[in-house]
Amino acid sequence: MSKIPLQFRHNGRDVAIFVDGGTNLLVALRELIGDMTPKFGCGQGGCGTCSVLIDGELHLSCLTLAETVAGRSIETLDGMKQGPNLHPLQRAFADNFAAQCGYCTPGMLMAAKALLDRNPSPSRDEVIEAISGNICRCTGYEPIINAILAAAGGRVSA
Amino acid sequence: MAVTVKTFASASEAAGALSSDRTARYLGGGTLVMRALNEGDVSISTVVRAEDQALARIDASGPRVTIGAGVTFARVLAERDLGFLHAPARSIGGPAVRNMGTVGGNLFAPNPYGDFTVALLALDATVAVAGGFGARDIPIEEFLQARERQAGTLVLSISCTRPVSTEAFRYRKIARIKPKGGSVITLAAHLPISGGRIAGARIALGSMAPTQIRARAAERALEGRSLDAATIAAAASAATEGTSPSDNALGSAWYRREIVGVHLRRLLSGQE
Repeated sequence: MSKIPLQFRHNGRDVAIFVDGGTNLLVALRELIGDMTPKFGCGQGGCGTCSVLIDGELHLSCLTLAETVAGRSIETLDGMKQGPNLHPLQRAFADNFAAQCGYCTPGMLMAAKALLDRNPSPSRDEVIEAISGNICRCTGYEPIINAILAAAGGRVSA
Repeated sequence: MAVTVKTFASASEAAGALSSDRTARYLGGGTLVMRALNEGDVSISTVVRAEDQALARIDASGPRVTIGAGVTFARVLAERDLGFLHAPARSIGGPAVRNMGTVGGNLFAPNPYGDFTVALLALDATVAVAGGFGARDIPIEEFLQARERQAGTLVLSISCTRPVSTEAFRYRKIARIKPKGGSVITLAAHLPISGGRIAGARIALGSMAPTQIRARAAERALEGRSLDAATIAAAASAATEGTSPSDNALGSAWYRREIVGVHLRRLLSGQE
């Protein structure tokens, strides 16, 4: 079966790849572009660890047909840090012990970024709603909620 | 396994491609079809898409509301004129699923999903579909009864009449995980009041049968009466009639039968 040429923006950089029909965006990012930050969790839309931003909107990359992102802008966790400096959300996650095993963290950070990009000072309930599609089996969520609120409030070290 | 993806500019071309190929499935938001592909569903060998702006249109200015099949739940929530549908839209998924999942796709979502369709069934919505035979309108109840045979038709839009008041339309989803979780049961009620009495009651239930169904016995108990405690009790005790729930990880069939009357009573009496 012939491959399909696909071009899109990946963390501000133009990329061009060839995909098989039916390939999902998660596989395209991990196996063809080499961006290992979005994770495969359930493949069903239940866990959120594959979350990426498509044109600034939170999407599940495992349920996105790769060729539907042609010409669009994809942001993943790999593009979050600015040079050697962690993004304030990443710093807040570290400071607040919001990552334990770390598997949910890429999706949590993208869901948090999607929230703060639209709503820079969310309420606690809005934070809970924003990460409601992301499952964490370690932290019990409280440290993650506190980290996002800390990042929003600018209460982050250096 | 690689599949063939066919993308069309118009919905009618996509409908033609869908109706002529038994192994084709229409890809809307991806939350059902991509999931099936990820699970290795070999019954799908062709994926059909349409980039037709008509599928993304919302017409909510008048008393009759039409929502394109490709409209996402996030867009329903962003539309002030669709306020009566915000509770069902908000009850679905997390933000990412609401950015992807569509109103048209929800018609095909199996238990424990398909909550938005429960609301549309209570509102007596009409489903506009296109197939090899051309376009036509189908009452949502008829559409759902034949859902297994609808794979070859393309849903274009869903329309319904706006409830006359916020009191006249009520929705309740019972989930074990909040704010996001699959449905244990889902209930919606449309209760137009005329001269102090209910005229044209429609109660819809999710996860109480293989597809969303109407609770006809409960509707009969409400029809022509005022919404008082005795009427509500009669409707609640009739709620299980005609239902055939299943066991799943979220609840047993027995549990669903036990609670559906309780939640219908709370819904009708306006309790949180």
